Amino acid sequence: MIRRIAFIAAAPLAAFALTLVISSLALVVFGSNPIDAFSDMIGHASELETQVDILNRATPLYLSAVAAAIGFRMNLFNIGVEGQYLFGYIIAAQVGTMLALPAIIHIPVILITAMITGGLFAAIAGILKVTRGVNEVISTIMLNSIAVAGIIAALQGRWQPEQEEFTATTLGTAPIDDTGLLPNINGLVEIFTREIEQGGELTGMLLVAIGVGVAYHLLLTRMRFGFDLRASGLNPFAARAGGVAPKQMIVAAMFLSGAVAGLIGMVELAEEGRFPADPIQGLGFAGIAVALLGRNHPGGMAFSALLFAFLDVSAGILQSTQTATKEIVNIMQGIVLLAAVIAYGITKRVQTREEARATAEALQSVETNTEVTV
Amino acid sequence: MSAAIELTGITKRFPGVIANDDVNLTVEKGEIHAICGENGAGKSTLMKILYGLQGADEGTMAVNGEVVTFNSPNDAIDRGIGMVHQHFMLADQLTVLENIILGAEPTSGGGAIKFKEAEAQLAKVAAEYGLTIDPNDLVETLEVGERQRVEIIKVLYRGADILILDEPTAVLVPQEVEALFDNMRDLKAAGATILFIDHKLDEVLEISDSITVLRHGKTVATMRNDGVTAHDLAELMVGSELPTPETGESTVTDTVALSIQNLTVVDEDARPVLEGIDLSIRKGEILGIAGVEGNGQGELVDAIIGTAAVSAGTIGLLGNDITKLSVRKRREAGIGYVPEDRHREGLLLDAPLWENAALGHQTQAPYGSRWFIDRKGTRRQTAEIKEQFDVRTPNIDVSAHALSGGNQQKLIIGRELTSNPSLLIAAHPTRGIDVGAQAAVWEQIRDARANGLATLLISADLDELIGLSDTILVMLRGRLVAQVSPDDVTPRDLGAYMTGAATQDDGQAA
Repeated sequence: MIRRIAFIAAAPLAAFALTLVISSLALVVFGSNPIDAFSDMIGHASELETQVDILNRATPLYLSAVAAAIGFRMNLFNIGVEGQYLFGYIIAAQVGTMLALPAIIHIPVILITAMITGGLFAAIAGILKVTRGVNEVISTIMLNSIAVAGIIAALQGRWQPEQEEFTATTLGTAPIDDTGLLPNINGLVEIFTREIEQGGELTGMLLVAIGVGVAYHLLLTRMRFGFDLRASGLNPFAARAGGVAPKQMIVAAMFLSGAVAGLIGMVELAEEGRFPADPIQGLGFAGIAVALLGRNHPGGMAFSALLFAFLDVSAGILQSTQTATKEIVNIMQGIVLLAAVIAYGITKRVQTREEARATAEALQSVETNTEVTV
Repeated sequence: MSAAIELTGITKRFPGVIANDDVNLTVEKGEIHAICGENGAGKSTLMKILYGLQGADEGTMAVNGEVVTFNSPNDAIDRGIGMVHQHFMLADQLTVLENIILGAEPTSGGGAIKFKEAEAQLAKVAAEYGLTIDPNDLVETLEVGERQRVEIIKVLYRGADILILDEPTAVLVPQEVEALFDNMRDLKAAGATILFIDHKLDEVLEISDSITVLRHGKTVATMRNDGVTAHDLAELMVGSELPTPETGESTVTDTVALSIQNLTVVDEDARPVLEGIDLSIRKGEILGIAGVEGNGQGELVDAIIGTAAVSAGTIGLLGNDITKLSVRKRREAGIGYVPEDRHREGLLLDAPLWENAALGHQTQAPYGSRWFIDRKGTRRQTAEIKEQFDVRTPNIDVSAHALSGGNQQKLIIGRELTSNPSLLIAAHPTRGIDVGAQAAVWEQIRDARANGLATLLISADLDELIGLSDTILVMLRGRLVAQVSPDDVTPRDLGAYMTGAATQDDGQAA
């Protein structure tokens, strides 16, 4: 058991140590003091307000990672999380503005709308794959462009409310009634901590993301559908002979992946109250990196989402204290990812060898007991 | 004249296991020398040591009379030793010539590959050893046997005259085996020394000059191939009396389990690969299908299991028409399946054994239900299979790839039989597993038959077919061409039907 935990922890720890070494070297080369830079980052992150920022950033990253991971688990490369969340985001925002409901219904309706639209949009790629053999990488990349440059651009113009004066804050879809906005959960945190200052608001989507993580875990380990999904990813031929219908699985997995992707934009929607003229972008691609670092594991992805969020948030403090260039955080994200992929490869090999050895030992002991004389 | 290879006292230990224990092996120049032994007897380790992939802990190695130490395969190649692996290492998108020179390209000063020179050299090597191949064919267009020839020429091209062939016949169909043996004889005539691993004893006896048998990492015997029988060899390999596939008393009942009528399956070009198949299997009956591989047996299995589309005809299981059902519905209706290639269709190699046990039965107790996987039930059932079917593994959490082929197969047989199927499809159930595991598999199929299981047995091992089956049908070019009784048929007769040399008057079996 301890061995197993050591195996699981060894790779990320080694990757993290390597990242510290290489990024320190980079900082020295840039003429900064790495110790100053790291202590600034850590000092900054130990403040409650920064921690709220980190969680607010980690929440959509985590959702995005889970969305990508659902596909990865069956060797489907859903590169279209970006398009799926933006598409789900604008549709849910518009549906939200058109409804006047009590919060207890209004909020779920918006969230479910985002999931269904994100899911359906992703399912297009799944259907293209099973009916026409179109590779999902190609189709999801194209669907990203269609969503962002096509549909959203068109809808944004149409759904722009008529106003006498356009300002940066009034662009986008019409504002949603307050009943449709997920409240912050500052109150929940403040039970354990001091009051959150400087207007920091911890997103309520954090709870949704935790729920998604738990659901993802249960799906993979306890549900028959999750077993079929993993089996298809491990060996599609064996899965098929074992009764898993490959076409239905592909469409279902794409839908599920897109549905989780649909939730990503809901973090910003709760803050902005509308689909803004300039919505947050790039989360879909960042999620792929987070999923990769977290090995598609619900806990691993939570950890890597927090790490990426911490690095993102640290960029600000480095810029204001001038101890180091803020780009160092991107460098660190890149290095940790590369180092992790290498470390995982190595531990996987060691583990395989260990297992083969243990099995051979077990066999040997059986055979010596039943040794036959010639 | 000194021997081509002389190994003395080779010992190789892995943590907890002695793979080779004081192995002595002498291979004379210009002979074909076979190494036999069960899976896990230490054959592969010995070959790896000889090819420089692993170092021996003790013992000495002499090539052409000189004591040598190999640190890598390059050292072995320098001494003229080349290895052809069981799984080919060729780039499909490159031509034969490109594959052969890959890694040893003759180049001009500027780095350009001198293809003309390479082709001339290849032609010279090929002519010297009597091997024919078109250097400009793309490897992806080649048959398995031709690919193997490319691998052999590749080794010769690098100047090897001692060849190690690791289970060269495992991937070949009978005609290709013949072609390989012809090539091996030509190589020998041209002065090459061949060391090859095989556990098909009739093949060993046909081609080799000398035979060495390994058991539990030790050399138990080396002999000239002179008056030795397959039975002698097999006894040396297992060290005890040999099991034979025999079923004994008939247990055939009157209840029809599987009934297939006028089944036709077509390929992508709408050509029939199965045509007008009629057969039925009763409870307690083992129906054997004989045939040269690629004559429709695979398609028949796919049609029954539901992974191939049926263009005409019906398939019935216990009186219910299952022709239109999904694979899952058919599995739930009681079809057990032991696939031809366990790595491809039978296992999730990177998943633990207990998850592998659930595969194919994950919707049913004790493994799971419509929505959930019952982890406790699955683990309990896997432990049960491990005990009952003697799957040798430290625990049920190891990945399937850690098990030997025989134990993987026992797990698959166990999972299919413990789900109480009404029909078992067993495609080459003992292929590539050692004699001990083979006997266990036969035993289990026999027991299941006695309990009323209907079994469709497909096998290339004619002794297995004749020994286990209650009825044998012969398949040729997608049709059933003969029905014979195993009591009064010899492998020779079956061979004649399989190749179309003999026909039964009625043509179509009942």
